[in-house]
Amino acid sequence: MTPSNARSTLLMAPALAWLTALMVVPCGLILALGFFRRGTYGGIEYTFTLENFGLLLDPLYAGIFLTSARIAGTATLIAVVIGYAAAYAIAAAPRHRQPILLFFAVLPFWSNYLIRTYAWIVLLNREGLITHGLRMLGYEGEPPSMLYTEGAVITGLVYNYLPFVILACYAPLSRLNPELAEASRDLGASAFTTFRRVILPMTVPGIAAGAVFVFVLSIGNFITPALLGGGRFQMIGNLVYAQFLTANDWPFGAALSMALIAIMMGLLTLQTFAAEKGAGEAREAADG
Amino acid sequence: MAERTPASRVGLISVLILIFAFLYIPIAVLVILSFNAGGMPTAWTGFSVKWYGALLGNADILQAALNTLIVAVISTLIATALGTLLALGIETRRRKGRALEALVFAPMIIPDIVLAIALLSFFSLLKFPMGLHTIILSHVVFNLAFVSAVVRARLKTFDWSVTEASADLGASAFTTFRRVTLPLILPAVIAGALLAFTLSVDEFIIAFFTAGAGRSSTTLPMQIFAMIRFGVTPEINALATLVMIVSVTALTLSQRLNRGVIAP
Repeated sequence: MTPSNARSTLLMAPALAWLTALMVVPCGLILALGFFRRGTYGGIEYTFTLENFGLLLDPLYAGIFLTSARIAGTATLIAVVIGYAAAYAIAAAPRHRQPILLFFAVLPFWSNYLIRTYAWIVLLNREGLITHGLRMLGYEGEPPSMLYTEGAVITGLVYNYLPFVILACYAPLSRLNPELAEASRDLGASAFTTFRRVILPMTVPGIAAGAVFVFVLSIGNFITPALLGGGRFQMIGNLVYAQFLTANDWPFGAALSMALIAIMMGLLTLQTFAAEKGAGEAREAADG
Repeated sequence: MAERTPASRVGLISVLILIFAFLYIPIAVLVILSFNAGGMPTAWTGFSVKWYGALLGNADILQAALNTLIVAVISTLIATALGTLLALGIETRRRKGRALEALVFAPMIIPDIVLAIALLSFFSLLKFPMGLHTIILSHVVFNLAFVSAVVRARLKTFDWSVTEASADLGASAFTTFRRVTLPLILPAVIAGALLAFTLSVDEFIIAFFTAGAGRSSTTLPMQIFAMIRFGVTPEINALATLVMIVSVTALTLSQRLNRGVIAP
């Protein structure tokens, strides 16, 4: 099959048509819905308005955005620290063992999200395994409340997205030229300085990719706050869900989703920027 | 990486042990409890498979499992065909525009909840009746993106001169595809299909929003979500274990066929 744009277009056509009909058009529809008014009895009134976007600034909803950002940010920070450490340890393992270690680090990520979240309910609920373990150690008070807390939501998010951070950080770490670190040490840099000035800058693209992924998926998450937060922690994802399935305010739900997409696109742009900057610094380090 | 002192090696191994413990203990607890005769998380009262037996007697769960299988198989077949053609189309293109890359990449990164409500709005504004068929239509969207990503990765190292040789020897484009290209990329195509199958079996949010009203189109993740809301039960542990076995088997197969599907 020699390169031919006509044939290539023909090959791509069915998939692109599918994506257009069932992704581009529906997402465009959501974009449009955000500018309409909510009908008196739910439904949509087709008059142009910007009030759905104004509503995003309402202290109640702005507060939910801030809570979501705080929870997602904390989860991202923890996941990046743990994930980077794991990726570093895997990249430092003997070459022939790395693929299998990586496979097992990433495997949980591909199993059912609900089940992985449910596993934490089993551990954290009042009569769960952790309470039981504490009792065996002699603890006699009230069972600690661990489930339905912000900590539980953050733990669930870290647990679910950690494998991706490991994968994202492993890629640049495994490509790292060991001679660079050696050269740095030979020139008298301490291990910490070598890490901070040589290894870390070269792995920024991986960290950025992992961090953006965790943050975007966490801030729009709906399952984890619903199950581990017990509905006590409204996050944007739950708010969107409520607008469509209970409050019946589709235009506002659409505006909320657009805000989510805007956050995502903004972060992806930043990530591209970080990746380019990281690549530049890596070149500098390699040349210098 | 550079040579390491014994102390730093112990440190690195401890990090690995702690992280694998964090990743696998919650899952292991779930699996172990699914075999606990008493069903309580607090006391081990002997090994039993009775909770698995209970699943077989639960008509709702069996119906949900059948629905999941229908959705996963059909959406995987469509997505594999479309995704493979898409990958071939993109990789044989002289110039790949950014817009094309973004369009093909979007289904993998767009938040599920956004795609879910977009599809719900789309179907309901069109007054398109919803059910298993709308879940299938929706699952193809992200499945085809994943299949094409896996197949494209394979095509990056594909030696196109073999297809030129086939054409020079007089084979038609279709014959070349069927006899030369497809057999060479088949492991990647199957790996992509297995990945799509797993993603579809596990997918909850989009199915939840596009299933329409009524219980008849409930899938397993929807069933599990409903059960979890009532609390921890030994049946969920058993069901969760079975679903994980299916995912892990499909993915391990996928990985064996094609390094790099899950991890390089």
